[in-house]
Amino acid sequence: MEIVTAEGLRRRFGRTQALDGLDLAVPAGTVFGLLGPNGAGKTTAVRALATLTALDGGRATVAGFDVARRPAEVRRRIRLTGQHAALDETLTGRENLYLFGRLFHLGRADARRRATELLERFDLAAAADRPVRTYSGGMRRRLDLISSLIVPPAVLFLDEPTTGLDPRSRNEIWDTIRELVTQGATVLLTTQYLEEADRLAQHIAVVDHGRVIASGSPGELKAALGGRIDVVVRTATDLGTAGGALNAMTGATPEIDRDRLRLSVPFSAQSTTLPGVVRGLETAGVEPVDVAVRLPSLDEVFLTLTGEPGRTPEAVR
Amino acid sequence: MTTIRHGLGDGAMIVHRNLLQLRHSPGAIAGAVMFPLAFVVLFGYVFGSAIPVGQGANYREYLMPGLFVMGIVMGVTASMIEVAGDTGLGVMDRLRSMPIARSAVPFGQTGSDLIVATATLVLMAATGLLVGWRAHNGIAATAAAFGLLLLLQYAMSWIAIYLGTLVKNKETAAKLGPLTMPLTMISNVFVPIDGMPAVLRFLAEWNPVSAAVTACRELFGNPGVPTGDATWPLAHPVLATLAWCAFILAVFVPLSIRRFARPY
Repeated sequence: MEIVTAEGLRRRFGRTQALDGLDLAVPAGTVFGLLGPNGAGKTTAVRALATLTALDGGRATVAGFDVARRPAEVRRRIRLTGQHAALDETLTGRENLYLFGRLFHLGRADARRRATELLERFDLAAAADRPVRTYSGGMRRRLDLISSLIVPPAVLFLDEPTTGLDPRSRNEIWDTIRELVTQGATVLLTTQYLEEADRLAQHIAVVDHGRVIASGSPGELKAALGGRIDVVVRTATDLGTAGGALNAMTGATPEIDRDRLRLSVPFSAQSTTLPGVVRGLETAGVEPVDVAVRLPSLDEVFLTLTGEPGRTPEAVR
Repeated sequence: MTTIRHGLGDGAMIVHRNLLQLRHSPGAIAGAVMFPLAFVVLFGYVFGSAIPVGQGANYREYLMPGLFVMGIVMGVTASMIEVAGDTGLGVMDRLRSMPIARSAVPFGQTGSDLIVATATLVLMAATGLLVGWRAHNGIAATAAAFGLLLLLQYAMSWIAIYLGTLVKNKETAAKLGPLTMPLTMISNVFVPIDGMPAVLRFLAEWNPVSAAVTACRELFGNPGVPTGDATWPLAHPVLATLAWCAFILAVFVPLSIRRFARPY
């Protein structure tokens, strides 16, 4: 059962065709990742689905309601968490949640109780009565996220929920998102990080120039996109031996950095695993200093999918 | 029925939110208190020592109606900055994506502006009384003058929230603030218009600020009301101010509500 659908969404801003025939089908109760570089149209797509942006063409539904014709019904079932923490900086965390609760037509007592509940569950109780401007970036995002949960939605739109966060805060947000899904929500998140989509989403759609250029489960996408093996060795002679071994494993010629004694090679086989690579190297007689099997970066994904490098994601704010 | 109740309730929550914000900003409150005091002292005594406003008239009697209007214009700038900040941070988007009455945000915002402006006016009037300003025409005329000031404030507040949603950025909005300077300076707030060069004089005569200031002077019985053949808005200042307010509301209420109600 698809809870969010989009068919041929189009929207132009001046000279930019932000959406150029975007199609989506998001199954209920899943996390769906919209992956793409800055300017790919991810935010416009989410804003259109959240009834904020008008469409030039195409049709979108949320929970069966047409976004353009029944916006009030759609709004009743969605929450939007944008790229910035949309909070009142001068108010405390508790006041922010209370006000949102009241705007969702909870009674005073209910709004107060719900705020306390959420602050405790998401580990913000200690900071609850401090103004939001004293919060760290990660705490703000977390408060922003939970303010969408005061009255649980059917669909939660998260626009780049971890952009600009440090790795620890990012992990905390990921945990929060996972917990949301256990409560039955459907999450549509946009991200510039393949790793984020891979960790959270059951389905990923790769977006470029306002269109979906690839989609599938993370496994399917990784099989199609492959990844990279990075190896650091001890001596210059090891470089040659390791290069041969990696070539035998992947069928590709490794890039070699002689100064840092590093090799890097793309792979496409889904069966590639870290222990497998280490075993292969040891069989060839190389004891590596460091081995990493990593997902491709967004740049590499775009190189693979479009044959042209992706626009570099904007520097992390 | 439920829709109307929710609409009012949502609007009241936005008012509640804005006033709560103010409570957490002692700086803003201090500013709001200091502003009338500083202006009355600065302009009343510094300018007042050099500006003749007619035979034997007290400059501070002349000045207070102008400062009331100027206070309103400056308050409106603050409201534009606030809305621009909220828009930039995505607060407006979040509110627009929520199941609340479409008119709740603009009506709530202008409503809380009105409350703050009323408090500022009371403070300014009290300061005025301390330095010798008086309303001479009885309770009805005095109430009418304050009513007119609040109507002007309310109308201008709708311009402010519309511009705020367009600017989308606190810093830019703050830079636009000083652009209201000509609006208050090219007028009869501080000096009589008669001595200005022809072009400025024309602008000042048709400036809604001048009409509002003249209307207040007339209703309060303060000096500076033109006698003889003045330009239409200054000869009929109350009517002119009401017309300006009606015009502003007719244009900016639909524009602002549209901005919140429709996808764009």
